[in-house]
Amino acid sequence: MTLPDGWEMVVGLEVHTELKTRTKMFCGCRNEFGAPPNTHVCPVCLGLPGSLPVLNERAVELAMAIGLALHCTIAPSTFHRKNYFYPDMPKDFQISQYDRPINANGYLDLIDHSRVGIERAHLEEDTGKSTHLGGSGRLHGADRSLVDYNRSGVPLVEIVSAPDIRSSAQARAYASELRAILIATGASDGRMEEGSMRVDANVSVRRAGQPYGTRCEIKNLNSLRSLQRAIDYEAERQVALVESGEVVRQETRHWDEARGVTATMRVKEEADDYRYFREPDLVDLAPDASWVQRVRSGLGPLPAERRAALLARVGEVSEAQRDAVATVIDAGRDEVVRGAIDRGVDPALALARAANELESEGPAVSVDAFAETLLMEQRGELSATQSKAVLAALAQEGGDPHAIAAQRGFERLSSNSLGATLDEVIDQHPDEWRRYRDGDDKLAQFFVGLVMKATRGQADGKAVIAELAARRG
Amino acid sequence: MLRREDVAHVARLARLTLSDEELDLFTDQLAQVLEHASDVAALDLEGVEATAHPFGLVNVVRADEPQPSLDRDEVLAMAPDVEDGRFAVPRILGEDQ
Repeated sequence: MTLPDGWEMVVGLEVHTELKTRTKMFCGCRNEFGAPPNTHVCPVCLGLPGSLPVLNERAVELAMAIGLALHCTIAPSTFHRKNYFYPDMPKDFQISQYDRPINANGYLDLIDHSRVGIERAHLEEDTGKSTHLGGSGRLHGADRSLVDYNRSGVPLVEIVSAPDIRSSAQARAYASELRAILIATGASDGRMEEGSMRVDANVSVRRAGQPYGTRCEIKNLNSLRSLQRAIDYEAERQVALVESGEVVRQETRHWDEARGVTATMRVKEEADDYRYFREPDLVDLAPDASWVQRVRSGLGPLPAERRAALLARVGEVSEAQRDAVATVIDAGRDEVVRGAIDRGVDPALALARAANELESEGPAVSVDAFAETLLMEQRGELSATQSKAVLAALAQEGGDPHAIAAQRGFERLSSNSLGATLDEVIDQHPDEWRRYRDGDDKLAQFFVGLVMKATRGQADGKAVIAELAARRG
Repeated sequence: MLRREDVAHVARLARLTLSDEELDLFTDQLAQVLEHASDVAALDLEGVEATAHPFGLVNVVRADEPQPSLDRDEVLAMAPDVEDGRFAVPRILGEDQ
């Protein structure tokens, strides 16, 4: 998408990420997605009178890890109360960091080598989750909202970029790289669809060289694709407004994915209306040099560095392979791919299998087991289907690939018995065979399917096709 | 000087409904409180760090160890109304439909 000549968009992103701690920010309730409603709550996260918050050490360390990965300065910081009324926030204030955030003044370098400034990355607590009931057809419960406080008090880091972004594609690249960093540092699982990473976009437009225009904040961006579409829509909307002589009103807008539009949600409250003041129940957070150093030394190599190391082995990648690279980096399987390539596995095969076949909640598959499986596949001892099955078993239970293959009876059919099976299949389907012989190549897959069925998947599809072609002459 | 509309604004933010008489009364009273606070501004505080907390402590943290949460029935007994294990409240308009 391009804006009309002479216009440019100015975008800054606010990314909220839930931290992967065991407990909430200020109490010992579990931080767990998907638990039955209101089972992880206590006086602190319900905002009951007399309860007192105590800061989670791990949340602080994950926040510092994010800050260090984004080249921020870690500074002495304070907590404030942000006051407003909303049923999902039972205290009627959110504890956040205001004028002294723990991380400030960093940057993030994107894949295209552009740099986006990071203004701050501060700690705050999440709100509860509300579900809104429709107002139609219900006698009781119409026009009500239901609130689950399991999420209330879950630790968040809000990462605020500088308004350095100039296109929706760059915004997407930023969010994508940031997500990779959050996953790599162990701070977050980065799941946008579960809301553990939430992106808001501040969008304004201006004629080249002019001061910034009035910005609108776009919410409800649940995927990288929505982010990109919403920014394009919003920038075009603002340009059209200004070109027709109207003004852009500062407001919060809601992205409607189905209709592909943004719509007014609320007119922005003044910052003063939140009546920020220091949280009297918490003391300052001022990590000393040794604490910062401890967190820094726990940081592994960041995605950009790992991606470069991976690409150095894989070589030139196609568009589709770029997604596989991102998947492998996010899943932390890049070392396995590099190790397999070192052991003689074809780079493209190693990348594809690592991206698609190793999904697991269990223990990571070892480099040796992964490489050995793919070498068997390369040598023709396993078909592609069998190789994938062995990898799935390794990802589930671990073990030795040779033993798994033997146990499942994954032994290659000799070419004799393949020929015999094919003879049988052809005998049973004379019409199809005639059509194939007369040049209908689509029927090759028909015969491969029948041979696979007859051999319970042990035949090699490529070998069957070769045999068919040989018989056609 | 504190204006009557400032008090009305703060009252609205705090979800308080004030009558005209109450607005006059509280404008007057709050003005006196602010005037008292402004006495502090008259002091010479050159070189005195702002104090937000009487304790000189920093970095008070706890280990990331789960503690038992409350019993859900006990929690929901405090709710004005309950549906599907959740607190039922009047619908919030204009947000997150």
